[in-house]
Amino acid sequence: MNSVSKRIDYLFRSTNGLILMAMAVVSIITVTWGMLSGPMAEWGVREVTIRLLGMQMVQAEREARIIMLYHTIAMVIIAIEVYIMTDILPMKRQSQVLINGTVTFGYMLTVVFGMLFAYWGQNFMFHGLYLLGLSLIFFAGILLSIALWPWRPEYRLPADSPYAHTKKGLDLERTAFFVMAIATLLSASFGAITGSYWGNGHETFLAEDLIRTPIRTALQGAIIGHLHIMLTLIAIAITLIVGRWMDFKGRLHKIAMILMIIGTIIITIGALSVVWVDWAHTTIYVGSVFVMLAALLYVIYTWRKLINDRVAELGLEKPTFGQKVKALVHDPLKFGPGWQMVFMNFTVSGIGIFMAVKLDEIIRVWPHRDERITLTGHWHILASLIATIILLYFADRVGLKGRVRKWFGWSIIVMSNLAFGAVTIFAMKRLFVAEAGQQSIVNWTMLLTDIGLFTVLVVLGIFMFWRLIDLFRAKGFWSEDMAAEKRAVALQEIEEQRKRIDELNKALKETAS
Amino acid sequence: MKRILMMMTLLLLVFVAVSCGPTPNIGSITPPYIDTGVDAEAWALIPAGEFPFGQHDHMTMVDEFEIMVTDVTNEQYARFLNEALASGAAGIGEVEVEAGESAWTERGVFGFYPGEPFDGFRHEEEIKAGDKLFMPLEGDGLRLVFDGKQFTSLDAYTNHPVTMVTWFGANAFCQYYGWRLPLEAEWEKAARGTELVDDRGRPFPWGMEIERNNANYYSSFDVFVKMFGKLGNTTPVGFYNGKEYNGYQTLDSASPYGLYDMAGNVFQWTGDDYPNQHYRHMRGGSFYSYQVDLRVWKYNSAGPQYYGPAVGFRCVRDVN
Repeated sequence: MNSVSKRIDYLFRSTNGLILMAMAVVSIITVTWGMLSGPMAEWGVREVTIRLLGMQMVQAEREARIIMLYHTIAMVIIAIEVYIMTDILPMKRQSQVLINGTVTFGYMLTVVFGMLFAYWGQNFMFHGLYLLGLSLIFFAGILLSIALWPWRPEYRLPADSPYAHTKKGLDLERTAFFVMAIATLLSASFGAITGSYWGNGHETFLAEDLIRTPIRTALQGAIIGHLHIMLTLIAIAITLIVGRWMDFKGRLHKIAMILMIIGTIIITIGALSVVWVDWAHTTIYVGSVFVMLAALLYVIYTWRKLINDRVAELGLEKPTFGQKVKALVHDPLKFGPGWQMVFMNFTVSGIGIFMAVKLDEIIRVWPHRDERITLTGHWHILASLIATIILLYFADRVGLKGRVRKWFGWSIIVMSNLAFGAVTIFAMKRLFVAEAGQQSIVNWTMLLTDIGLFTVLVVLGIFMFWRLIDLFRAKGFWSEDMAAEKRAVALQEIEEQRKRIDELNKALKETAS
Repeated sequence: MKRILMMMTLLLLVFVAVSCGPTPNIGSITPPYIDTGVDAEAWALIPAGEFPFGQHDHMTMVDEFEIMVTDVTNEQYARFLNEALASGAAGIGEVEVEAGESAWTERGVFGFYPGEPFDGFRHEEEIKAGDKLFMPLEGDGLRLVFDGKQFTSLDAYTNHPVTMVTWFGANAFCQYYGWRLPLEAEWEKAARGTELVDDRGRPFPWGMEIERNNANYYSSFDVFVKMFGKLGNTTPVGFYNGKEYNGYQTLDSASPYGLYDMAGNVFQWTGDDYPNQHYRHMRGGSFYSYQVDLRVWKYNSAGPQYYGPAVGFRCVRDVN
């Protein structure tokens, strides 16, 4: 019994355990629901899955099911980012426990009852519990924002700190996290307000289906703004997280954090103003420039750091260009996040900018179907790129080493790039081929996409299986993780207690005099 | 490790090379002629009354009208072009095509269109009065041949739905015979009927669910998919009528009013002109579409100048 409770303790009370469990949940969702679309649908696996699991697939409810599926996956990813933030950012232990507990309970309710409601019958108790889960995650967001409050004296940085700060010591990186959290809460409200009109004047829709509708209702605008900014904010959060991981600091850090704060604010205002104004897109472009510049500075800093660190490790005094490149790509886990951000410019931002610039000249000359494929393609890629960055980061956190580290890292990077590159070509195929001659390009882009995604999923599966097996070992990696976290928590709590005793002593002295 | 990596890369390249061998495009293979036994000249009466419209089943009133039982075939469209050329209602030559901010010239059949009001709305298509392209004379996917005097259909495709026809060309066909293109509500009523099951209208013309041999869609694995690959090709009108063709058993997939191909095969132009936009909606999905896009309320859209190998039409006529 003690051994079971130790493992439960690990999975529910340590950061790595919580992330691992959330990753397992996402993996289960991906594997199960991945059977319902793409090649699995073509091969007939979809029908077998539906029959085996007893899913109720009412045709008219497909869009609603997909929206619930997106929300459940997004909530788990948000939970993972929250776990990381509460771990890497200084905050009270009590806050960390409260936030993690709330977000965990929230995402579990969301996943279980959201999926039950969407795929196994519309029992409105399920829907209520699904909403309770979303509400708890929102509440966890409020708690996180309070915990992140950057103006607290204890979070001020000393004047000589290499990390971005104001003259008064305000930690700009913490402020960027805080702004992102507040923006997320605001954006979630837009979704929640519209959701409250569901069945009461608001009808379910997928945004890509409305792209050519000239006049949209305010509620439709709210949803379109909400979904765009939520994904953007998840991307901003992971960029800040990997910055912290790579010990981003110095002048570039200061500029990047200022850009990130301003960019996050502008881009959020832009996305949400879709409800009211026609020029919302212009605001989004301005905000995007700030955020993307911040990400660029991160890439410059970390790549330079990776090169310098490795060159120093090898003792090379005057490294050649080739040696520098070799040093850069030496560790795929640390090279990967920056690379995925660069790659994103070709498959997401570049496509988005191209579509905006050439909308009336090219995109709107195509049928809606082709425009829709391009739109859904580029945001699916962004979401998946974020997932790969989380995977690379987590693999480093759990101490993947040696060849396994390289194999894991490079498989994720190369095969995801293969898949996303192929999807991009597939989405933009009408630029190169006539509609009647697209068969060949469809065949090979789909094949490469399937190979890429399949390999990434297999690698993820092996990784998850390894961690599962590890849980059965008495002194597995999980116990090392747990011990390390316990030590860190103990030290943190001692420090907090010490501060508290100092405060109380001070109060006693003051009252005695 | 390097050797394993190289081996895997090599295997991947071989796999890709084998998989990406020459794939026929839909213009380069001639399918066999298949007689489905469905009369492409037949019309069906759709009585006046309410029906569940759209994904959320809003009860909507539609007046009585008649609609073609099948899509307009290549043979029918060739006949129209010959008659229109002879009567002067259509011409052949270079015609300027405008779409969005682009303009280009194409050689094809054209005719006059009176244009539509333009409000200068954001992204609004400006449809000016003038000669408009009905169908190009060159390009993959064409099923009609022009010998300098007459249009004829390729033998194998005479009873396939006409494709590569613009909205202007579809509209001209219907108007030439005193008919018109169906409004979206009319089209959807003809496709799904009025029946409600558990308070829901039919998502497909034949009922609540879809099987592979109900319709011609992406990866439906009909006999043509074997010849043309996953994207497939058009099937003869009325192909999915419960008959067996060369060992391929179809399901009878007529709509409640006896219409064929209201899901899959080719998208069908509809007649509504939406102000501030002027894109034309296409209904029914096509052999390019996934199953879900065959649901009766789904639509595709394009400017009226657009033509493609998966877009056709059928006409309606008022009873009174």
